[in-house]
Amino acid sequence: MQLTVKLFATLRHNRFKAKIKEFDQGITVEQAIKVLDIPEEEVSLIMVNGILVQKEYVLKDGDTLALFPPIGGG
Amino acid sequence: MSSIWGKILRINLSTGEIKSEKVPADLSNKFIGGRGLAGKMLMEEIPAGINALSEENKIFFATGPLTGTTAPTGNRYMVVTKSPLNNVIASSNAGGFWGAELKFAGYDMLIVEGKAPEPVYIAIKDDSVQIKPAAHLWGKTTSIATEILLQEFGDPKARVAVIGPAGEHLSPIASIINDFCRAAGRSGVGAVMGAKNLKAIVVRGTQNVQVADPVKFKEAVRAAIKKIRENGVTGQGLPAYGTAILVNIINEAGILPTKNFQTGVFAEAENISGETLAEKYLKRKDPCYRCPIACGRHCEIDGLEGAGPEYETIWAFGSACGISDLKAIIHANTACNDIGVDTISAGSTIAAAMELYQRGIITNAELEDGPALTWGNAEAIVEWVKRMGDKQGFGSLLAQGSARLTAAYGAPDLSMSVKKLELPAYDPRGLMGHGLQYATSNRGGCHVRGYLISPEILGLPEPLDRFSLEGKAQWVKTFQDLTAAIDSSGLCLFSSFALGAEDYAALLAAATGIPYTTETLLKCGERCYNVERLFNLQEGYTAADDTLPKRLLEDPMPEGPTKGHVHPLDKLLPQYYAVRGWENGVPTPAKLKALGL
Ligand code: SF4
Repeated sequence: MQLTVKLFATLRHNRFKAKIKEFDQGITVEQAIKVLDIPEEEVSLIMVNGILVQKEYVLKDGDTLALFPPIGGG
Repeated sequence: MSSIWGKILRINLSTGEIKSEKVPADLSNKFIGGRGLAGKMLMEEIPAGINALSEENKIFFATGPLTGTTAPTGNRYMVVTKSPLNNVIASSNAGGFWGAELKFAGYDMLIVEGKAPEPVYIAIKDDSVQIKPAAHLWGKTTSIATEILLQEFGDPKARVAVIGPAGEHLSPIASIINDFCRAAGRSGVGAVMGAKNLKAIVVRGTQNVQVADPVKFKEAVRAAIKKIRENGVTGQGLPAYGTAILVNIINEAGILPTKNFQTGVFAEAENISGETLAEKYLKRKDPCYRCPIACGRHCEIDGLEGAGPEYETIWAFGSACGISDLKAIIHANTACNDIGVDTISAGSTIAAAMELYQRGIITNAELEDGPALTWGNAEAIVEWVKRMGDKQGFGSLLAQGSARLTAAYGAPDLSMSVKKLELPAYDPRGLMGHGLQYATSNRGGCHVRGYLISPEILGLPEPLDRFSLEGKAQWVKTFQDLTAAIDSSGLCLFSSFALGAEDYAALLAAATGIPYTTETLLKCGERCYNVERLFNLQEGYTAADDTLPKRLLEDPMPEGPTKGHVHPLDKLLPQYYAVRGWENGVPTPAKLKALGL
C-alpha cells in the first residue's frame, strides 16, 4: 500500500521532508517507523491524516503519516 | 527573609508624588504576586466604569516572588490595568530582563497613576526615582527611544520599557516593548501609558533578591532545571526551533487559521515554518533572563539583525493574510515592535481588512496611496503596519483593531476576536477544549490563559481527543487556574511543558517561606481567575460575551483534517460554568466564600 510520509524538525536531518512510499498492507505506525529506519525514541508525536494517534495504530492505503520530535510553543 | 521585598513604588504623574509603600501581606499570601496580586489591587483601587484612557485608570507593573531569583525563567513581569481595547482587566506578560531589573531595584511592583501634563519618562536607580521630560522622545520608535534612553541614563546595564507611536496615539492594540524586542503585547496596555503621557520606564537595580530557605531553594531550582533540560519540549524542541516549530504541526491538523479563518489549511505553510526559519534566517538564540529554554530567536535578513518572529506573529502576518514570504513577515514583526503594536492583533486586523477588501467593502479609494489589501500581498503587511503608527488616515483606522475596523464597515462578524481581542493562531473548530478557553478567557481571545493545545495537539501532559467534549470543561478550568498561578509567580509559562504544580509550589515555598502546596497554589490561581471575572462583571460583561466569532460556531471548516466541524460552544459552556461554581458566568456567593473573597 502507498503512504505519504512527512517528517518534521530534527527528524528531517539526513532524511527527507515528504515522500510517497510503498509499505506492506496493514502495518502499524510502529512498524512503519522501523521500516523508515527512524529510532523510535526520536518520534514523539504521530499524526495520521491530521489526527493524533498512538504507535499501535493500523495504517491504510492512502494515509498521510506525519512524524514529529518533541514540539512545543505558544 | 523572603524573595518578596514587600515594597511597592507608587508614582502619581498628575501630582508628581513618588512614594514607596508596603505590599499588603495578607493579599500577597492569597494572590502570590504578579498577575494575581496586581489584579486584586487594581479591582480595589479603581472605580468601575471609568474610561481606561482617563487619569483615573492605573497601570501596574508587577513582578512575582520568583522574578529576579535563580529559578529557571524567573524573568516575568505583568502589566495589569483596565484595557482600552475592551474595558476588561488587562494582564500582559513580558519576559526579557526588565522585570528582573525592577526587582533588583528593590521593588515588587510599580504602580503609575494620574497623567503627566507633558510627555515624561520615569528613571529608577534603586531608591533614586525621577520623573523626567520626554518631549524629545515623543514620536520616536521604541528602538530609537531605547537607544537614546540608555545613553541618557549612562548605565549600559539599565533596562528600558517603552511605547512607540501607536501607544502615543492611544491605539487600543498598542504594546509596551522592553529590552528592544520583548512585548507586553496584548490588550492595548501601551495606550494606557500613552494616555498618561508616559513614554518609558528606565530601571537599574543593584540588589540581590534573597530567599527564605536558601538550601531548599537551591534544591528546588536544581530539580526544576534538570526537568527542563531533560524534557523533550523544553530541552530540545523549543531551544532548537523556537515557537515557530508549531506552524507545520498546526497546519497538518488543519487548524492553521488562513485568510482570516476562512479555512484551516495553508498550502504554503512550509515556507513560513520553524524549519525554514532555522534554515534560512536564524542567527542565534535570544534567551530571557535566567532561561535555560531559550525559545527566543535572533534573525538576520538583508544584512539586518533583529528579534525573530514567534509562531503567533508568523501566523498573524503569514497564513492569516495568505502570505508565504517569511522575509516580509520578519520585517512586519520588526515594524510592529518599533511602532509598538501587538503582532497578533495587528496581523489579524490586516487579515480582517483583507477580507473586507475581498468582499469589495473596502475599496482602493480608501487605501490612499498604500498597497492593495489582496491576500498574499507581502508589501501590504509591512507598509500597513508602519502606517499603524500614523495619527490619521487608513493606517490609524487599522490601529484601532479588527473589532472597531469591521464595525466601521458594518461587518462586525468579520472580526475574529473574543471580547474584541483578536484570536491567536489556532482554529477552535478543531479544538473543543481550546475553543472553550478562548470563549471564557477573562481578557478575551487569548491562548496563554489556558493552553489546551498542549493536551489536544502536543499530547502533553497526556493526549486528549481534540474533537471530544468529554472532560474538557474541567481541563480548561485546571489549565486556567494553574496558568494564573504561574503568571503570578514570575516564571514563564513555557516552563510548564516540563514543570508541574508541585514544582512551582516547591520553588515558591522555599523562596517566600509561605508553605505553598499543589492545592493552595491552584486555589490562588482560581482566586485570581475569579477576581478577574468579578472585574469584568462590574464592567457590564455577561455570559453572552463568553462566545466565539459567528463563523467558528456556524460555518463548518471547509477542508482538511478538520473538515465539517464547527465549535459546539453551547454544549461546553454550561459544563464549564458548573465546574467553576458559576451561575450563568457569575461566581456564586458560595464559590466566593470558599475562595475567601
Ligand atoms: S522560554 Fe522563551 S519566552 Fe520563556 S523565558 Fe525562556 S526565552 Fe523567554
